[in-house]
Amino acid sequence: MSLLKIRNLGVEFPTAGGPFKAVDGVDVDVAAGEILAIVGESGSGKSVSMLATMGLLPWTATVTADELSFDGRDLRRMPPRERRNLIGADLAMIFQEPMSSLNPCFTVGFQIREALRKHTDLTREGRHKRCVELFEMVGIPDPERRLKAFPHQLSGGMNQRVMIAMALSCRPRLLIADEPTTALDVTIQAQILDLLTGLQKETGMGLILITHDMGVVAETAERVAVQYAGQKVEDQPVGDLFDHPHHPYTAALLAALPERATEKRLPTIPGVVPGQHDRPAGCLFSPRCKFADERCHTVPPPVQPPAIGQARCHYPLDVPAHAEQVSA
Amino acid sequence: MLRFLLTRLGTFVPTFIGVTIISFAFIRVLPGDPIIVMAGERGMTEERYLELREQFGFDRPLLVQYWEYLTGILQGDLGTSFVTNRPVWDQFFSLFPATLELSLCAIVIAVALGLPAGVIAAVYRGKFFDRALMTTALVGYSMPIFWWALLLIIVFSGNLGWTPVSGRIGLLYFFDTPTGFMLIDSAMSGQDGALRSAISHLILPSFVLATIPLAVIARQTRSAMLEVLSEDYIRTARAKGLSPGRVNGLHALRNALIPVVTVIGLSVGTLLAGAILTETIFSWPGIGKWMVDSIYRRDYPVVQGGLLMIAVIVMIVNLVVDMLYGLINPKIRKR
Repeated sequence: MSLLKIRNLGVEFPTAGGPFKAVDGVDVDVAAGEILAIVGESGSGKSVSMLATMGLLPWTATVTADELSFDGRDLRRMPPRERRNLIGADLAMIFQEPMSSLNPCFTVGFQIREALRKHTDLTREGRHKRCVELFEMVGIPDPERRLKAFPHQLSGGMNQRVMIAMALSCRPRLLIADEPTTALDVTIQAQILDLLTGLQKETGMGLILITHDMGVVAETAERVAVQYAGQKVEDQPVGDLFDHPHHPYTAALLAALPERATEKRLPTIPGVVPGQHDRPAGCLFSPRCKFADERCHTVPPPVQPPAIGQARCHYPLDVPAHAEQVSA
Repeated sequence: MLRFLLTRLGTFVPTFIGVTIISFAFIRVLPGDPIIVMAGERGMTEERYLELREQFGFDRPLLVQYWEYLTGILQGDLGTSFVTNRPVWDQFFSLFPATLELSLCAIVIAVALGLPAGVIAAVYRGKFFDRALMTTALVGYSMPIFWWALLLIIVFSGNLGWTPVSGRIGLLYFFDTPTGFMLIDSAMSGQDGALRSAISHLILPSFVLATIPLAVIARQTRSAMLEVLSEDYIRTARAKGLSPGRVNGLHALRNALIPVVTVIGLSVGTLLAGAILTETIFSWPGIGKWMVDSIYRRDYPVVQGGLLMIAVIVMIVNLVVDMLYGLINPKIRKR
């Protein structure tokens, strides 16, 4: 059974020019102990869908879903107080900018102990011991001293370790990491990713890694969901995705990886992600797709069966012989 | 912290000298001769006038007069009032507690109401509560104080008869005032109803005095909170499952407090400088009323000494505010 199950998630923001669909019909399944990567360009709705799951969107956002459940419990019908008991304990999240994600007015120790006080019955000493233990776990040297430090006294990498320690403090069953390495130096990026995957194996928690870096995906994920303009366009185990991408967008993304480039010039995807006012009537990727025909431009594509990577496409690529294709 | 204090004290000295020059010049720029004013309608002979001029030292050059004033200050002597013949220093400290009591009471009211109002308005931004609060704040801020005070007197003293119109305590009570703070002294006097009388005298003027700072604090808190509420660390706090009360009241407010403390500090400064209108309307025997009376009488030593003391107090309040910044947000301490 999946730990997190989302069906047909939609998120809308009101704007001066009418409602804007940031997330449109996204399904997510994560099993306990699984690493899922959600990949996509900026504005593809990766973060927003996860923030909606956590209940952290600003109040202006409208969240709709056919199902939004964690461990079989419906997150939509849960009273706010009960949901807050779940969030930060069983379901934790870390963010892109470690430097601005910690409160500058409080020591990092205070900010971790706060989560422990909210979600555990530990005594004062117990909380302190757990903090030291967490800092050792995430590789922060000299924990006793560092716990008394303020965020501005630590480096970005250290702050991200603090964030990870904070997220793991109450032993979550699912951790959502929203581009945890984007704001960090390349050398630190690798360290943080190793730390995350190591801790995931150690604790057996589920991990959702939001990223736009295919390299990160290849190294860490077990399964990959590709998002484009608020929709999930493909969902496959990582090996299959890299070997047999079914959606033209995934294929184009992979072709744009420097490691995979065969020509002298790096291939790119022409055009930009459609915004609020230029959403195509048919397939959202059709204006940039080199395989698109008249049907793609006018008819929204169906979601293909799992054998074809749940690709949201009229003409999926590289279809296995035995697979049965759906058409709209 | 010590280095910070020392550098701040370094800027204290030139500011202090500047203030002495301005306060010395200010009263002399005003038309009107203190000796003529002293003589009143009866007038005086030419001889007597010259004699008094010499006695008070007005016949000497301004620079010499200033030098004597300055050396006097450095010896702790602010001069003697022309009118009462009492040292300015003593008079200041016998009146200052009244002003301090009134201003502290006003600022407590302003902070106690303004801060929560600003926080609530920010949290419910755009909703009815926000609009109602901010409209009220704008009205309060734009209200002419003398009119507002008279209005309150008419309603609460005139129509309802709840509060007295003027003074610090009822005429029936008489006791020593060792601290100068009527609330403390009346409570210590042990006389029945004395404290109640003191409170009922204090409440209306302090509310009038609190009106503008209250409005400013509420609006400043709201805008600072709005800025902070969109910060990443607020999202982090919510991601920990903390209650909205803790997220808004601790994580957000602590960060929003810097500009608010600035406004509070400035308000305290202006309030202590004498709530001239309020003290005059309510016949509150404080610094503001004293200064106004002294300006009418061209009481040079009182005006220049009083202005100087007020300036020093404002400077001290500002220093305290600067030190508070570092306490609230440790990131500032580093710079």
